[in-house]
Amino acid sequence: MSNQLLKVSLSPHVHSGNSVHKEMYGVIYAMIPALLVSFIFFGLGAVRVTLIAVASAVVFEYLIQKYLIKGSNTIVDGSAVITGILLAFNVPSNLPCWIIIIGSLVSIGVAKMSFGGLGQNPFNPALVGRVFMLISFPVQMTSWPKPSFMNFSLVDAETAATPLAIVKEGIKNGESLTDLMSQIPTWTQMFIGEMGGSMGEISAIALLLGGLYMIWKKIITWHIPVSMLGTMVLFSGALYLVSPEQFVNPLFHLLTGGALLGAIFMATDMVTSPMTKTGMLIYGIGIGFITIAIRVFGAYPEGVSFAILVMNAFVPLINTYFKPKRFGEVKKNG
Amino acid sequence: MLKTFPVGGVHPPENKFSAGKAIETLPLPKTVTIPAGQHIGAPTQVLVKKGDTVKVGQIIAKASGFVSANIHSSVSGTVAKVDEIFDSSGYRKPSIVINVEGDEWMEDIDTSDTLIKDIKLSQNDIVKKVSEMGIVGLGGATFPTHVKLSIPDGKKAEYLIINAVECEPYLTADHQLMMEKGEEIMVGVSILMKAINVSKAIIGIENNKPNAIQHLTSLAGKYQGIKVEALKVQYPQGGEKQLIKALINREVPSGGLPLDVNCVVQNVGTAFAVYEAIQKNKPLIERIVSVTGKSVSKPSNFKARIGVSADMLIEAAGGLPSDTGKVVNGGPMMGKALGRTDVPVTKGTSGILIFKEEEASRKTIQPCIRCAKCVSVCPMGLEPYLLMTVAQKGNFERVETERAMDCIECGSCSYTCPSTRPLLDYIRLGKFEVGKMIRARNQR
Repeated sequence: MSNQLLKVSLSPHVHSGNSVHKEMYGVIYAMIPALLVSFIFFGLGAVRVTLIAVASAVVFEYLIQKYLIKGSNTIVDGSAVITGILLAFNVPSNLPCWIIIIGSLVSIGVAKMSFGGLGQNPFNPALVGRVFMLISFPVQMTSWPKPSFMNFSLVDAETAATPLAIVKEGIKNGESLTDLMSQIPTWTQMFIGEMGGSMGEISAIALLLGGLYMIWKKIITWHIPVSMLGTMVLFSGALYLVSPEQFVNPLFHLLTGGALLGAIFMATDMVTSPMTKTGMLIYGIGIGFITIAIRVFGAYPEGVSFAILVMNAFVPLINTYFKPKRFGEVKKNG
Repeated sequence: MLKTFPVGGVHPPENKFSAGKAIETLPLPKTVTIPAGQHIGAPTQVLVKKGDTVKVGQIIAKASGFVSANIHSSVSGTVAKVDEIFDSSGYRKPSIVINVEGDEWMEDIDTSDTLIKDIKLSQNDIVKKVSEMGIVGLGGATFPTHVKLSIPDGKKAEYLIINAVECEPYLTADHQLMMEKGEEIMVGVSILMKAINVSKAIIGIENNKPNAIQHLTSLAGKYQGIKVEALKVQYPQGGEKQLIKALINREVPSGGLPLDVNCVVQNVGTAFAVYEAIQKNKPLIERIVSVTGKSVSKPSNFKARIGVSADMLIEAAGGLPSDTGKVVNGGPMMGKALGRTDVPVTKGTSGILIFKEEEASRKTIQPCIRCAKCVSVCPMGLEPYLLMTVAQKGNFERVETERAMDCIECGSCSYTCPSTRPLLDYIRLGKFEVGKMIRARNQR
């Protein structure tokens, strides 16, 4: 026998090569199309918001990790970068710097690090930050610059309401839905992303591309996006069938607001979503249902963020009661 | 579409470097160290003492009890000592050391290559002889074969399932055996069918061995009731519960045995050993072992006598590479790491796998990001992340209610975890503690 010292460990002796780093960077790559579209339509304002959000998220995580938690450096794993980009995706491109930084502090400091950092947070950090900003700074958070193709001036004077806000306000003021629908962008514009809204939510096609990439790379599965969007279509479709004069059609709900951004990037956040396939379906259905309920019957024009946060709170319960189908389960009193 | 099991599973790189390498017979060693316990079940009673001369195939340790297996000498010569010696588990175990002199076989063993198709023994005599010849499951679990062939009253077997999946990466022993000993395997399968009185046998082979599928399919036509089924490559298809599910879509109930769904599963290497035992009177004294790894200069399939040192096999495959970090007895997913290489080859050694230094260490453990990959790859429908958490906290009642005892320890969860968490290590800890709890309950 040779004198070489051999390593001994329990099986398995091989590993897939998956890593937290790879998973996180996979998500970041998937966000690139939507990021590019926001740069194209909102110009330098969008670049500015993204840079500030990402930089502040990374800096806050680094400082908290180093001086408060005193643990190892976790910045390299990329999760703070994701939170930063998602935060930017969820705000208008003309949001003042200081508000972004406060949002970032709430996201990273309150929603993530105070629970123990990566993997421990029950609520989606970017959404906690967004909702905090929405409640604290409602005016700044709801005045969206008008999208203008390839206009790189830093000052966006013109603002444009989101299609959801137009419809919500209109219905409240007693305008007819037919009139309102003529005020909103065309379906093609909505599909590409030429409409008012938060930076990352406007382009359906860019978000879908990112989603397909993540499904292909097995970072997410189809269960949450499909069940969430499917429920939105069914619920709003049912309302539309009952009274087309009163309710907008389901496609409008899918293409506007944060529906796709939420379904693809926010609800699928692995840390805050359920662990089993059945659980994921229940969770997605819950989000879809609450979203439409808020949009149609609630005070806010948009409900995706609230819906996801509410369902985040149910995840531990879902994990407890919806178990995977066990192999060879013996039926009781069979 | 090819059949496979429906839930979970992974597909690690196959790395079958020794595929297609003809089986080489190793030269006789100077000594062999034959452990007195090489199977799951009761230990054996050693029949020889220092100074005794033995022949190849002579019984040297006797089974004690039903779930136990005889052990025969794999060489001829003189017993040098009966002592406690390090085996592949890393512990000292009672072993018989024999100095090799010549190669004199027991007279009643047929050492010729002639194929004998005619099965003369009756059903009961087959089971009796399989027991006498010390046959155990050669897939790695080493469960005494005659136990599986003894169908208890009230149970009935309908299918014989032959596990020729070899789903572990790297290993090729079964594959090469099928290519070289196809006819003998078919006769062995027929013997097993007679032993459990079934008319249907299915040989499951994964689709990464098309030549073996073709070869055995062409042979199967000549044998009554034997069907060869190609399966999609998916680990752990060689787990017997997964294999039964894949082939005939029956689910062995939790805590149950294949016989509960009227199946008996045997490894293809075992079928060959049964052929030799019944038709050639040859006890289980040698087996096929793959010696392989990325740095191994000559990946090979050897026919090795039980008790030869693993060192000898490694030498024959070109020697231990200088960048070796870990040596594994068995496959990369379920094999056991060896602390030293001067341990004997036993009935359960399906391969000796050599890892390079950079492949040998685990990566740093990261926090769980709740990605649910462990849940989706678990072939038993368990939640590895949860089992690890509750085992870590010492909540073993919860470990039990979350069905840890269903775990087949395939390692798919640890394999796939992006945070490289030691999921299976903690599940094993949990199973160990739950096992103690169950035994204590049963005693009461």
